[in-house]
Amino acid sequence: MVADDPAVAVAEPKVPASSVTPEIQIELYRLMVRIRRFEEKSAQAFMRAAIKGFCHLYIGQEAVAAGALSVLEPRDAVITAYRDHGIALARGTPARPCMAELFGKQTGCSHGMGGSMHLFDRAHQFYGGHAIVGSHTAVAAGLAFAQQYENTEGVTLCLLGEGAVNQGVFAETLNLVSLWKLPIVFLIENNDYAMGTSVSRSSAGLPLVNRGSAFDMAGRVANGMDVEDVRAKVAEAINLARTEHLPSLLEVHTYRYRGHSMSDPDTYRTKEEIEEHKKGDPILLYRRRLEERHVLSDTLAKEIDEKARAEVQDALSFAEQSPEPDLDFAFSLRFSVEDQIDPIPRPRYSDL
Amino acid sequence: MAKITYRQALNQAMAEEMDRDPSVFLIGEEVAEYQGAFKVSQGLLQRFGAKRVVDTPISEAAFSGLAVGAALYGLRPIVEFMNWSFSFVAFDQLVNNVGSLRFMSGGQFSLPMVFRGPSGGGTQIGATHSHCPESWFAGVPTLTVVSPAFPEDAKGLLKSSIRSNNPVFFFEGERLYGLEGEVPDGDSLTPIGEARVCREGGDLTIVSGGYSTHTAISAAETLSANGTEAEVIDLRTIKPYDFDRIAQSVRKTNRLLIVEENKPFAGWGAQIAYDVQRRLFDWLDAPILRVTGLDLPQPYNGKLEAQVLPNVERILAAARQLLA
Ligand SMILES: Cc1ncc(C[n+]2csc(CCOP(=O)(O)OP(=O)(O)O)c2C)c(N)n1
Ligand SMILES: [Mg+2]
Repeated sequence: MVADDPAVAVAEPKVPASSVTPEIQIELYRLMVRIRRFEEKSAQAFMRAAIKGFCHLYIGQEAVAAGALSVLEPRDAVITAYRDHGIALARGTPARPCMAELFGKQTGCSHGMGGSMHLFDRAHQFYGGHAIVGSHTAVAAGLAFAQQYENTEGVTLCLLGEGAVNQGVFAETLNLVSLWKLPIVFLIENNDYAMGTSVSRSSAGLPLVNRGSAFDMAGRVANGMDVEDVRAKVAEAINLARTEHLPSLLEVHTYRYRGHSMSDPDTYRTKEEIEEHKKGDPILLYRRRLEERHVLSDTLAKEIDEKARAEVQDALSFAEQSPEPDLDFAFSLRFSVEDQIDPIPRPRYSDL
Repeated sequence: MAKITYRQALNQAMAEEMDRDPSVFLIGEEVAEYQGAFKVSQGLLQRFGAKRVVDTPISEAAFSGLAVGAALYGLRPIVEFMNWSFSFVAFDQLVNNVGSLRFMSGGQFSLPMVFRGPSGGGTQIGATHSHCPESWFAGVPTLTVVSPAFPEDAKGLLKSSIRSNNPVFFFEGERLYGLEGEVPDGDSLTPIGEARVCREGGDLTIVSGGYSTHTAISAAETLSANGTEAEVIDLRTIKPYDFDRIAQSVRKTNRLLIVEENKPFAGWGAQIAYDVQRRLFDWLDAPILRVTGLDLPQPYNGKLEAQVLPNVERILAAARQLLA
């Protein structure tokens, strides 16, 4: 799997011809830059303790979200794990409610109840942000089940970390989706590490894409440092799901530059390893390629960057200035309003 | 009114609600071709087809999670556990996902779903198959817990649960499936959160739920033969339970006995006892007592299992202590 090594990708002698229009190329680039700037801003805010709890950055993995989500339609459903900022942005959730959620504010996309790991945006068919490793893969199957049940012709894209493949529920779920031919794509973001455990220390039977074979699932591997490769492979898989109701399993090789979360001292890998991967940076790589294709000028690249910086600065100010939710609001979220039966009494069981 | 079994009542509830709302579907092990491990779903496959009556592999975590996704999307799944004791392999889905997703999304999503199946001991199938986990799930802030004792409520509560926009955990008594009772014809709903007074009496109040309600009624009949009248309240809904109905009775009898199949530590009766002493302290003439399952894994041995479950003898002893 030499082609998946980003260091090799950088050294590619020829620029591959692109199957995507210049407009889309620019948008892919812009999205990756927006995600990177958002994450850098989040990191700063976390360092000054304005963001609390866990905060898992997407830096290094931008091409996965940008490429994969770029082929989806509005009727499709997206669900992911807790490293979700980039996914929400790629799905169309504006930076303001994303950042406000990291700050735990009322204006956050989950109204301050979810935090960094639990971004949700129903309007964009983004079904979260899930922090129990592997748990959401079964939920994803249910989204696809419902799409099939309702004949929407929508499909579900479920992203998961490579650490999640060793959860039992994931194996159960692969069996179900294959057995029932559900319109779903599982995309493993293989960034080589689950916290401090490298794939080779956690997983037998590599490559991980093999995990689908026992269930007869179509498998594909993509280079997650190459946004167009991700886009192309995901497009094939989505097409298979939409037109033939066949699920697939994609393994996308990527790398995270930062620690597992902001609280990770990152002692399980060397500085050299990280630097080596940065040479194959997805944004840098794509910028060079677009310049060679004369799609992106220096001026436009600068403009994109400035806009992204302004956008996340605005999101930060918005988050800082937004009000906090209150306890009564939190209680109001416990239950949905009944409209087919009489209201159910909902005591709080605590008056002290 | 027709006399039908508890099992038939559940079956009718599902059939009627599936008829009424195409977004309702049933999913679980052996619910379709096999017609249900306890025949609760008998005939539903023939009537509604394989799209809406869905047999699954033995994968509780995956099909529970799948139902969560379907509910987030807007369908109304009924998930059957062959036995509630098997739901524990799906505990993460039930507690983290069913319990938290609506809240964590800031209220963007609803989870209109029912998880149902038999629970409880008394059939000599050993510790792994005899759990009564009502209180475990009642400990999750967003879950509604229901446990009908009679065919009428089995039907009326299941219909309400299916129509509820919130997740309902529905505990059927494995020993109750064959119980017959009058059930009103047509669209009759039992409200969630309202208790039923099974028997009136002025000497003490017995609160119970599920199968134990029947044990409590038997004990009350024996007490009555000896001149003591117990008021027996069947909770029907465990959470939110009907405090007002209990309070009304306790203000009359001034004595409260709680009978539940749960193990003693933090069973739902402990919550009720706390609430009653906190709010009705001055109305009580004696300490509140609880007759619960004994704090043992369920033994296979029949004589021992009968001792472990709440039984008439232990209820009578507790009643005597309350009235002394
Ligand atoms: C069931 C469960 N076990 C353990 C954890 C703690 N945990 C959080 S993230 C993580 C590593 C997951 O790695 P991976 O799936 O590769 O995703 P990545 O962080 O690389 O995006 C662990 C062990 C958890 N959240 N859930
Ligand atoms: Mg990983």
